[in-house]
Amino acid sequence: MIARWLAAALFFVLLVAAWYLAVQARIWSPILLPSPISVADYVKSAVEDGTLWEATQVTVRRLLIGYGLGILVGLPLGLLTASSRWCQDTIGVLALGLQTLPSVCWVPLALLWFGQTEAALLFVVVMGTLWSLIIATDNGVRTIPPIYTRAARSMGSTGLHTWTHVVLPAALPFLLSGMKQGWAFAWRSLMAAEIYVTILTGFGLGHLLHYGRELNAMDQVIGVMLIIVVIGLAVDKTLFAPIEQFLHRRWGTARQ
Amino acid sequence: MAATEVNPAKTVPSKLVLEQVSKWFRTSTLTVHALDDVTLRIAEGEFVCLVGPSGCGKSTLLNIIAGLERPDRGVVQADGQAIAGPGPHRLVMFQEASLFPWLTVLGNVLFGLKLINGLSAAERREKAEYFIELVGLKKFMHSNVHELSGGMKQRVALARALAPNPSVLLMDEPFGALDALTREQLYGDIQRIWSQHRKTIVFVTHNVREAVCLGDRVILFSPNPGRIREEFAIPLPRPRDINSVDLARYSTEITRVLKGYVQTEVAG
Repeated sequence: MIARWLAAALFFVLLVAAWYLAVQARIWSPILLPSPISVADYVKSAVEDGTLWEATQVTVRRLLIGYGLGILVGLPLGLLTASSRWCQDTIGVLALGLQTLPSVCWVPLALLWFGQTEAALLFVVVMGTLWSLIIATDNGVRTIPPIYTRAARSMGSTGLHTWTHVVLPAALPFLLSGMKQGWAFAWRSLMAAEIYVTILTGFGLGHLLHYGRELNAMDQVIGVMLIIVVIGLAVDKTLFAPIEQFLHRRWGTARQ
Repeated sequence: MAATEVNPAKTVPSKLVLEQVSKWFRTSTLTVHALDDVTLRIAEGEFVCLVGPSGCGKSTLLNIIAGLERPDRGVVQADGQAIAGPGPHRLVMFQEASLFPWLTVLGNVLFGLKLINGLSAAERREKAEYFIELVGLKKFMHSNVHELSGGMKQRVALARALAPNPSVLLMDEPFGALDALTREQLYGDIQRIWSQHRKTIVFVTHNVREAVCLGDRVILFSPNPGRIREEFAIPLPRPRDINSVDLARYSTEITRVLKGYVQTEVAG
């Protein structure tokens, strides 16, 4: 365990060192490739003056609301499309089609419908999350070995009981990977939306990134990108990894 | 000594009655005549083995008795009542891993018990523990399913099927995926449990020797369409050892007859 930690730490130290050396070699202008030190300075100052913390709060709040809405609507719809042929032919096809649409494509529509408001951002996040979540849930339920429901039916389980006691728990590993994928999509959609939708009700990480570009402040651009990556990683490690480990112990499924 | 044809026991009332049961499976490209005019009576407490090559409809027949499938034609009754659907009186033990991986051994055995009204939590727990102990897995009560070997899994499946106290136990090639040694242990277990609890058991297999080892009667099916060809009574004393010579005589005889009906198709 410690060896793994050390190896990982070493890898990232080397990565930053390579970056530093590349800057020292002056191959690219320092305006385009700032040194890790100036990026760290930016992050430090942004943390100290509170911009970063505030922007992170605003972004994460939007993300949670949008993602939550996506799950709230997407999970039941996915269960519906998996269980009814009619829903599969209608909602299922719609989801399959819209899933292929990159979420940034929703931005113009959201701007025209909702103007430069919170609602526009949330709309983009929900649209970016919902369809892939429906597809993942649908796939998950369909992948359940039919023997489970047969065995349950043979023991007298019917209707709602079969759904809550057999189908849902059996689909849980698939639902989780669907939710994980949904999370990644939500994160992407929100960043796209924040970069393109300038609003006054809250200044998120995407906006910081956007203004970094406007001001030609490469240290800010890279610093914010780093923060976005770190948040993504942290959520994966703290939110999804424990659930995955639990599933692995119980189901005996392979770790991803 | 040759295996004799018999009439089903007439002195005991029939637990299961199948009259002229036929079943077809239709897909867009072909229609399979799975069962053709099958008539069968099974007495209370009888151990009946259905034997035949793959595709002879024996599993379909089991599913029909379970109430998981409906016949296209014919009458199926349990205790004089038409079978309308699945229920805890006739439980199925499947061939494949049908245990629920999200539950522990205890949770799996409790699953069927929780579907029975009028049992307190303590009574359920007590029954579940009793049957887990009966199949020799007391130490593994709280284990996860994937931590068990194939033979242990099928023992749990047996405990799960026995726990709700069904009067009929339907076993669909339950030992098909196990190695020979584990199978032999389970033959012993199943005979012991059967003699203690006297369930009516319908056991589907393509292994003639297994059928002779376990059954009071062995019923021979042939495919295309699935039909009953012959019945053999096995009046050997119990418990039976699958390696015994007497048993081998019966199985040789039945295998010979079986080959006559299906010739080269047996392989599947």
